[in-house]
Amino acid sequence: MEKRVVFSHKTLPYLLLAPQLAITVIFFFLPAGQAMWQSFRIEDAFGLSSQFVGWGNFVDLFSNPDYVNSFKVTIEFSLLVACSGLVIALLLATMANRVIRGAAVYKTLLIWPYAVATAVAGVLWLFLFSPSVGILAVYLVQMGFHWNPRLDSHDAMTLVVLTSVWKQISYNFLFFLAGLQSIPKSLIEAAAIDGATPLRRFWSIVFPLLSPTTFFLLIINVIYAFFDTFAIIDIMTQGGPGTSTSILVYEVYNAGFKGMDIGSSAAQSVILMIIVVALTVMQFRYIDRKVNY
Amino acid sequence: MIERRPYLDFFSHAILLIGVALVAFPLYVTFVASTQTAQEVAQAPMSLLPGGHFFQNYMSVLFGHGSNSAPVARMMWVSTVMALVIAIGKISISMLSAFAVVYFRFRFRMFFFWMIFVTLMLPVEVRIAPTYKVVADLGLLNTYAGLTLPLIASATATFLFRQFFLTIPDELIEAARIDGAGPMRFFKDILLPLSKTSIAALFVIQFIYGWNQYLWPLIITTHENMYPIVIGIQRMIAGGDSVTEWNLVMATALLAMIPPAAVVILMQKWFVKGLVDSEK
Repeated sequence: MEKRVVFSHKTLPYLLLAPQLAITVIFFFLPAGQAMWQSFRIEDAFGLSSQFVGWGNFVDLFSNPDYVNSFKVTIEFSLLVACSGLVIALLLATMANRVIRGAAVYKTLLIWPYAVATAVAGVLWLFLFSPSVGILAVYLVQMGFHWNPRLDSHDAMTLVVLTSVWKQISYNFLFFLAGLQSIPKSLIEAAAIDGATPLRRFWSIVFPLLSPTTFFLLIINVIYAFFDTFAIIDIMTQGGPGTSTSILVYEVYNAGFKGMDIGSSAAQSVILMIIVVALTVMQFRYIDRKVNY
Repeated sequence: MIERRPYLDFFSHAILLIGVALVAFPLYVTFVASTQTAQEVAQAPMSLLPGGHFFQNYMSVLFGHGSNSAPVARMMWVSTVMALVIAIGKISISMLSAFAVVYFRFRFRMFFFWMIFVTLMLPVEVRIAPTYKVVADLGLLNTYAGLTLPLIASATATFLFRQFFLTIPDELIEAARIDGAGPMRFFKDILLPLSKTSIAALFVIQFIYGWNQYLWPLIITTHENMYPIVIGIQRMIAGGDSVTEWNLVMATALLAMIPPAAVVILMQKWFVKGLVDSEK
């Protein structure tokens, strides 16, 4: 879609675009280009000179068991976060769409975690489940569980997944609620007249009609788990115990700022860029399909 | 309501109440912990009733006396400046560039548009080390400019404004031109007032985005007086469990939550609109 009537001016449009383009070039294209450049080079120990190594950094990465493990961890983590987050949010949204009394109050009380910083969410749950002072950890131990997220990798994974899901519930809830409210009432009423139970109506009508929203949220949640959960990992487990919660974004940070391995960090950045591009393309293809839906 | 099903109604309310309780439980514990002394919190399990040290704890974190950490009042100021600059900056530069792309024809128009689009695929987490180097070379470490500028370019906001400008009827620009208004006059007197709701919606989302930034300020700030509050909390717990004064950490966490939560709850209508619009 284009405007039929426009202004004509030689320099003004360039001036209007200048601030955005300046920031884009300096803080996006320059660093991204530099990452690509460095990903094919290796620096000496003092950072004085660098040398072209071709695909060397990438080959090193994929032959490094820690990095391959980080891929597995990231996939496991993001699937757990996306699936459990969507199921819980869908349940809550379906219920909130049913009730009449108090619907607005429930909505307000369920959306505020969106405002909480991921880092602060991490601190809150770290405190609740801290083995020495955490109130929930104490209950777990009293019930006979051996709870220690600092030593047990399953406990650590449970903890970061729980926190990430808690933080993302409000977002999923809002989108599911909007999706549910856009389903025509007449369809549900027709099914009810035919004698379909609420459960049957949900599985045969509501859930299929909701599938575009579900698919969209699935991608958004995977992106969230891949990138936005850095703060949760850094605050709660620092990737540990061992490397059991070290997701890809955390590995980039580790290589670049703790290990000072510029070439490896750059190669990891390039791999992440490819993942983001793939996810974004999937997200936009979904939007195209929705128009035809 | 399609039919009366009292049991199902009861079940729905029960599920929602459990959901609300699970979502609110950490908040309640945070509040309770922030009103107790460090010793009271450290005894496991701590009491779930508020203690009597509310004012003492909050005064001590806000102004930093009696504890070894920096005053949180300063951190909240840094966070406020950062969130406001990011929100207002994103909205202004995106609006200007959307205006240029929609209302002018010029060479490389679509090229520039795609340049902005591609930034969508380069979140800060992905280009972290080289961006740090650029900012360090420019001498912007520990400055507000360094904190905000790399986060200010926004493809989503530009898209949103472009989408919105395209729905504005052409008659308005024709009328403006007949009356002799230039492009900037049209922008100021017609586009800006029409965009009010979009601006409000975007502001809510971007304010929260700016306030809650973690990774970027973590690497870019090394001076205590440039820490946003989120980083302040991270530094408070970095010492390990034994020395962490959880009551003060929880008071700081609560202070860090209040401004963005207030924005979400008070501007709920715009928040929902902004969230739904900016993902389209």
